[in-house]
Amino acid sequence: MSAVLSPTNTASTAPQAGPWRRALWRLRRRRVAMFGLAIVAAFVVLALAAPWIAPHDPIATSWGAIRKAPSSEHWFGTDEIGRDVLSRVVWGTQASLLAGVVSVSISLALGVPIGLLAGFLGGIVDGLISRVTDAFLACPFLILAIAMAAFLGPSLTNAMIAIGVSATPIFVRLTRAQVLNVKVEDYIEAARAVGNPPWRIALRHVLPNVTAPLIVQATLAIAAAVIAEASLSFLGLGQQPPAPSWGSMLNTAKNYVDQAPWMAIWPGLAIFCLVLAFNLLGDGLRDALDPRQR
Amino acid sequence: MLEFLLRRLAQIVPTLVFVSVLIFGLQQLLPGDPAQILAGEEQDPGVIAHLREKMHLDEPLPLRYGYWIGGVLQGDLGESVRTQQPVLELVLQKLPVTIQLALMAFTIALAIGIPAGIVSAVGRGTWWDSAANAFALWGISTPNFWLGILLILLFSVQLGWLPASGYVSPFEDLRANLAAMVMPAFVLGNAIAAVLMRHMRSAMLQVLSSDYVRTARAKGLRERVVVLKHALRNALTPVITLGALELGTLLSGAVLTEQVFTIPGFGKLIVDSVFNRDYAVVQGVVLVTATAYIALNLLADLAYFLANPRLRG
Repeated sequence: MSAVLSPTNTASTAPQAGPWRRALWRLRRRRVAMFGLAIVAAFVVLALAAPWIAPHDPIATSWGAIRKAPSSEHWFGTDEIGRDVLSRVVWGTQASLLAGVVSVSISLALGVPIGLLAGFLGGIVDGLISRVTDAFLACPFLILAIAMAAFLGPSLTNAMIAIGVSATPIFVRLTRAQVLNVKVEDYIEAARAVGNPPWRIALRHVLPNVTAPLIVQATLAIAAAVIAEASLSFLGLGQQPPAPSWGSMLNTAKNYVDQAPWMAIWPGLAIFCLVLAFNLLGDGLRDALDPRQR
Repeated sequence: MLEFLLRRLAQIVPTLVFVSVLIFGLQQLLPGDPAQILAGEEQDPGVIAHLREKMHLDEPLPLRYGYWIGGVLQGDLGESVRTQQPVLELVLQKLPVTIQLALMAFTIALAIGIPAGIVSAVGRGTWWDSAANAFALWGISTPNFWLGILLILLFSVQLGWLPASGYVSPFEDLRANLAAMVMPAFVLGNAIAAVLMRHMRSAMLQVLSSDYVRTARAKGLRERVVVLKHALRNALTPVITLGALELGTLLSGAVLTEQVFTIPGFGKLIVDSVFNRDYAVVQGVVLVTATAYIALNLLADLAYFLANPRLRG
């Protein structure tokens, strides 16, 4: 990838569109990744259009329709208090996508600047940040998220914060490693030689050149965050009832698995499809943005 | 060997210090006065005053950390607000159950992941490779609590072969114990098998393209001998370290698996403590888990060191 050398120069003179356009071209040629992207897009549409797509009110109970098997009235059946499972799965998409995107945004917002600082400054700052990162990484991701969500209190917002903070060290470490690779490149030396201040070198010349692996990691991290949110909701630490969430639907469903298996099948399938889609897209992006890893 | 061990131990000490600060810091996330929260719904002033004194809440934060870590170093992880039992005692009671689950899960993961990785690499581009890659994608994309529910539906509800939940000690009835643990172990091992398969495939592909493997083939050795005797031994070495990183997944996964199958282990202890607002137990469990994870990684590093003659010098 190329870089901008002059302190005042911007992307207008740098051929920065080149590598990105090539990567996009490579991505579009990977059918499996495009399949993943199509599924993600379908879920986004589902989340945004939930009020119009869902056939019933997701929290409306009906004592006359308790644990009804799938039928023409309720395609995915009903749950233990007569709510329509399809409508809850459709509305639950919002919580899962929101959790995935917001948690990873938190991780990026915290992890990238800290990693940039560690890699760029080095010395004591790097040593301190690296030790703190090691400490976070020593606590298994979900256990740390559960503990944080427990102390913060059960809610979707707190679950997203807990997941985001718990996943931050991965981005710190990745950014730091990438910065260490990039900062010894000739164009960084040149940027320094023409008198750029360190902050400008870090933001204008280093950061744009470490974004590709971060995009890949962020996509894969969304998949992990969707599972983590579902896990926390399954344990009762995420989205609170009666608001629909795939994880909390599975938590209830496990008690009725012998009487109403449909309650467990659909929300689980929805988690699986969304996570699979982000994993396929992430793998495709990795191949497209760094063909050497193929 | 001793130098390597001492160097790794020296790296671990600051990590453990920061882990303890992080876990102590969790308490600061509690909104409001921790003593009032821990005192429960009754809000007895006597209990609140006792907790304030016991937790040194009137002291400055660094001093409170000092008291806490001092206790931890002497094996005092605090006391359960609910059962009044020492946290360490509770953890030690539950640990054997989770260790058995983790060992069974890791054995299943190795039994599936390693052969699948070898088959995938040896048959690169074939149907077997595609099937192994599809299995890996399935493994990393399936939430283990959902897989657990599906297995209960199939093997307990439909076929009636295995118990849906519960735990029997292996010392009481080994057969019943294995029957109760096989599904949870498979659920837990499934995701790790997928990751091991990917690592194994990648390591095998690298080794299979190396010169010494080409030489072995040129000598006329049978493919089976080349793969299993020459390539596998070297490909397994990096998988040891990468596999060790999955121990975190194992510990995290145990929390959900134990919840689905109602297994009274370490994971269920942390979830029950969360809902009982028994924060000392939550802190204790996270501390023990992190320490165990660090120790297991150290053991994996040692195994890697011993398995790699070049490192031994």
